Amino acid sequence: MQKVLIINENDNVAVAVQPLKKGDEVDINIKNQEGIDKIRVRQDIPFGHKIAFKRIKKGERIIKYGQTIGKAIKDINEGEYVHVDNVESTKGRGDLVEEIFKKSK
Amino acid sequence: MSTRHNRVGSKILEKIEEMEQRAKSMGVDMRGSQPTPGNIRGGLTTIEEKSLGAIIKSGTKPINGVLEYGEQPSGRGLYFMDTPGREIEVLTGLASGGCQLILFTTGVGAPQGFPLCPVIKVSGNRHTCAYLKEHIDLDVSAIISGEGSLTEAGEKIFREIIKVASGKKVKAELLNYDTNGVNIDIYVKGPVI
Repeated sequence: MQKVLIINENDNVAVAVQPLKKGDEVDINIKNQEGIDKIRVRQDIPFGHKIAFKRIKKGERIIKYGQTIGKAIKDINEGEYVHVDNVESTKGRGDLVEEIFKKSK
Repeated sequence: MSTRHNRVGSKILEKIEEMEQRAKSMGVDMRGSQPTPGNIRGGLTTIEEKSLGAIIKSGTKPINGVLEYGEQPSGRGLYFMDTPGREIEVLTGLASGGCQLILFTTGVGAPQGFPLCPVIKVSGNRHTCAYLKEHIDLDVSAIISGEGSLTEAGEKIFREIIKVASGKKVKAELLNYDTNGVNIDIYVKGPVI
């Protein structure tokens, strides 16, 4: 059984379909692309959570389902755990409007 | 794509824009509530990710129309209803729209049924199917483990629909988890905070 699932060929994160342990090696198998890359897991990742299989720089988009699911708020290395500590949403951010409002005063 | 489907596409984008504007007008950060703490524990990071997952689960057929909360569809096929996010509010809107059988997919696990129609709970998370087995009607985790195909899971769901439509009770009915005596906090206009 595969350890991670890549949903779309343009994604930069994969979903762990088994719990991953730091140091594990996982196959990165992208649909329509030949060859399988291997990456080393850098942090424990629970079942259903995400792992970066490409380097993602701070400010860059996180891609899943071939779409943007948020942006990186820290540099993320391949093999690292991708979740709320290093990604933030760009939608429905009433808090940012508030900041802009405060700055304009 | 037909003109009708272009119209549906614009209407969906309008609904998303309205939701974002409501969050912005209230000065709230949707991240405080969406994804929910349960979603985050399950691995969902942002509302975009949660919504894209929901879209994928709706399949590949064209959407025929956009319904207001509780509105009845005018024809057959797939419709999108603009409902708030909480389970009980979603179920109420769908029942009001004329649903006589509701399929409810859940990852980490939502137990609710609804008093007016059967709710078939479906999960693709094998842990949820194990620890909430008294609540989850259909286990489709074989898709994720690779032991079964999407088509097989679809057929399993279809067979269950026939059974329930023929009188089989869903788990929420067997557990009497459909009225629950709770205060139903229906239709919050803003984001669910």
